[in-house]
Amino acid sequence: MSTVKLTVNGRAVSADVEDRTLLVHLLRDHLNLTGTHVGCDTSQCGACTVHLDGRAVKSCTMLAAQAAGSSVTTIEGIAKGDELHPMQAAFRDNHGLQCGFCTPGMIMASIDIVHRHGGKLDETTVRHELEGNICRCTGYHNIVKAVLDAAGHMKVAQAAE
Amino acid sequence: MGVEGIGASVVRKEDRRFITGKGRYVDDIKLMGMTFAQFVRSPHAHARVKGIDTSAAMKMPGVIAVLTGQQIVDDKIGNLICGWAITSKDGSPMKMGAWPAMAPETVRFVGQAVAVVIAETKNQARDAAEAVVVNYEELPAVPDIRAAIKPGAPQLHPEAPGNVIFDWTLGDEAAVDAAFAKAANVVTFELANNRLVPNAMEPRSAIADYNEAEEHFTLYTTSQNPHVARLVLSAFYNVAPEHKLRVIAPDVGGGFGSKIYIYPEEMVCLWASKKTGRPIKWTGDRSESFLTDMHGRDHISKAEMAFDKDNKILGLRVKTHANFGAYMSLFSSAVPTYLYATLLSGQYNIPAIHAEVITVYTNTTPVDAYRGAGRPEASYLVERMMETAARQLKVDPAELRKKNFITQFPYQTPVIMAYDAGDFHASIDAAMKAIDYAGFPARKAKAKAEGKLRGIGVSCYIEACGIAPSKAVGSLGAGVGLWESAEIRVNPVGTIEVLTGSHSHGQGHETTFAQLVSERLGVPISQVQIVHGDTDKVQFGMGTYGSRSLAVGGTAIVKAMEKVESKAKKIAAHLLEASEGDIVIENGEFKVAGTDKSLALPMVALAAYTAHNLPEGMEPGLKETAFYDPTNFTFPAGAYICELEVDPGTGKTTFVNFVAADDFGRLINPMIVEGQVHGGLAQGIGQALLEGAVYDENGQLVTASFMDYTMPRADDLPSFKLSHTTTLCPGNPLGVKGCGEAGAIGASAAVINAITDAIGNNRLEMPATPDRVWHVINGKAA
Repeated sequence: MSTVKLTVNGRAVSADVEDRTLLVHLLRDHLNLTGTHVGCDTSQCGACTVHLDGRAVKSCTMLAAQAAGSSVTTIEGIAKGDELHPMQAAFRDNHGLQCGFCTPGMIMASIDIVHRHGGKLDETTVRHELEGNICRCTGYHNIVKAVLDAAGHMKVAQAAE
Repeated sequence: MGVEGIGASVVRKEDRRFITGKGRYVDDIKLMGMTFAQFVRSPHAHARVKGIDTSAAMKMPGVIAVLTGQQIVDDKIGNLICGWAITSKDGSPMKMGAWPAMAPETVRFVGQAVAVVIAETKNQARDAAEAVVVNYEELPAVPDIRAAIKPGAPQLHPEAPGNVIFDWTLGDEAAVDAAFAKAANVVTFELANNRLVPNAMEPRSAIADYNEAEEHFTLYTTSQNPHVARLVLSAFYNVAPEHKLRVIAPDVGGGFGSKIYIYPEEMVCLWASKKTGRPIKWTGDRSESFLTDMHGRDHISKAEMAFDKDNKILGLRVKTHANFGAYMSLFSSAVPTYLYATLLSGQYNIPAIHAEVITVYTNTTPVDAYRGAGRPEASYLVERMMETAARQLKVDPAELRKKNFITQFPYQTPVIMAYDAGDFHASIDAAMKAIDYAGFPARKAKAKAEGKLRGIGVSCYIEACGIAPSKAVGSLGAGVGLWESAEIRVNPVGTIEVLTGSHSHGQGHETTFAQLVSERLGVPISQVQIVHGDTDKVQFGMGTYGSRSLAVGGTAIVKAMEKVESKAKKIAAHLLEASEGDIVIENGEFKVAGTDKSLALPMVALAAYTAHNLPEGMEPGLKETAFYDPTNFTFPAGAYICELEVDPGTGKTTFVNFVAADDFGRLINPMIVEGQVHGGLAQGIGQALLEGAVYDENGQLVTASFMDYTMPRADDLPSFKLSHTTTLCPGNPLGVKGCGEAGAIGASAAVINAITDAIGNNRLEMPATPDRVWHVINGKAA
């Protein structure tokens, strides 16, 4: 057992976990942040994607202990109160989700995509960048639309700040 | 249409919880004192279980129980069953082999459970499962259809000699023989329909909670049809009495058919919860999904079509072998029979059709309905046949289709189905226009100059949805009726709850069904709550599959609303001192026509519950129930055209354009409908290009992870161009047909027709991977 201290969604947390505990299980089982999902066992599907110190990572692919001292943001931590993150709003407005299971990972990965590419996103780039996130419902059509839509809003929001 | 009524693309009410991480899926639920199950699964495709030593596992930390197949048999838990009886052509019943929830004696596919460990934590259960020692005697395995029907093949079940489950026929064989005898041309070819793994993104999960004091069970499960689960678990599996079992299917992360069935894991968790006195959670990992979720498709067929000298179709003869895997799953027998052979007429006038379907056992994961269920297999066969015929007869494939389209409705096919409405010319014309079909030869020539092979492929599908008229399916062997129920509760304050037996696992019912209420009663959708997925709340229902939720479940809602409206009008008329016939509903107000007298719905509702001043003899309250049994299937149809390029150097396919023109009848929420089409197309294209379950000669599933089984990813797919043509369904008051499966039914043939057009070789099986396409181009066996 180890004690892991880290920041999750802006709050300092501490949990006693088995050494083999993955970050995703720390979030889901110990912190009850069940918005982060587990869709596979080979780091392929991306349903578990969270932000670790601002970068998208698959939380099934690292040990909880490796996140010690880091700042983790999950799907529960990106809205400002009732105000949705532009990526969340874009997924809703563009019907970028159906069953919702891959959605948290998609949103977290997509925010990172927009951050890394700034205003230079096009459909081909979005499709290529989403390669690590699998959706079985939408055929990606509306997810791609949502990411491009949000990219525009996030650029405007950044310019305003 | 109101802003939130029928035809409005309103954003989904359910989305907020999903985009904020507040969805509540089964694995998100924790109960006090909850324990965890880990199954011990067979590594062999076929073996005798000679002994199970649980002693080491029982001594491991946290272990509460290790239970085996023999114990579940000893406790008289029933075997899993197939609920649709099919009779062979010789009059004998289908040959169903015994399928215990955990195998006491013989395992017949890799991944079949033989024992289960219950422990305090998931890791403890996993560790202890590793310590269970099973002594297997390996038996020779049957990995596929051809191996199953070979003389002298190893036998799976004593009940099914030769591994044949049934040999069933449909249609008039003599009429087909006569048609072929007078044919000017006969087109013959063989094709396979590849085995698919459904792979809903949420792995299956179950939590069983037995309350000893109440002798009551609660099951949380990833189900598309919780009421059917309760019925089967109680009536057939003897797990719990129906009135002592509550089944809850909360948010469910996709189904595609794979979550229709009642699985061994749910039975075992319920049984073990009573045995241990503890709540038990089981959540499968993706490897377990690959090995134990029911697979889809897996046919090999020979098809022959007869044409007269004017290229009119005279007859169709089909012989199909379908792989059922190791056991008969719940609806397995209906899929390659009444959901397949009955659609072999496609969109065409075919005077005579005969189909023979032989189903076999193999040492593979059982096969059942997967998005489309039989109809994709039929559509793929018919549309590959039309393309093959056009090439052999040297006519344009679109023209050959148009020449043979059914144009008069209703139309009785020779294979049971009576198409009620459609306009097949309208949909193919819309698709041809959208893709500039006429300009294709010029584009092909230009691509050729650039070293690319360009192809175009058409697919005109039809499906039977809105499953299904109970009397009709009963006469064909179904063990249940396929109606749907709805209850409308208008609360005293005027908010409305709709209780439905349909289950939403991505389809957006919470929005679409609320729109039906908004349209009828003029209330905003925010005032409407759709309640589903809990057998304690909704009295009964048949669930969601076969694109039935709107056509059947939605119609039940309409029927219940008619009753509510009728009673509410009586109350309003009484209070307004008007005649009932003069009351009209506008924007949520009950008005006396031609006057300024009106009452808002909340006032009518309040009056119904205060009951201070109701018409003489009227019961208080405003709540009505309807059971709706459809009179016919619905028949969504459409045309898909795909244009693509193949790189002859690598065999890789790149989409240029993919257009769809669908006729789903009336659209309630076009945005949701288009989303359903996108997802279906992705699964159809996935089958054509990427997906395929592969077993080796020993029955090991080689493609058992997302690293080995190619799921469609964002960069494998194009953006789609959708359009709609509309003929209203005359069979239900909404005029709707269903849209959930169309894409998966129609897309595969369009893609393969386009690739074979591009490479100039018609011999190509799915999935058309670059490797396979390259080998066909270069004339080598893949």
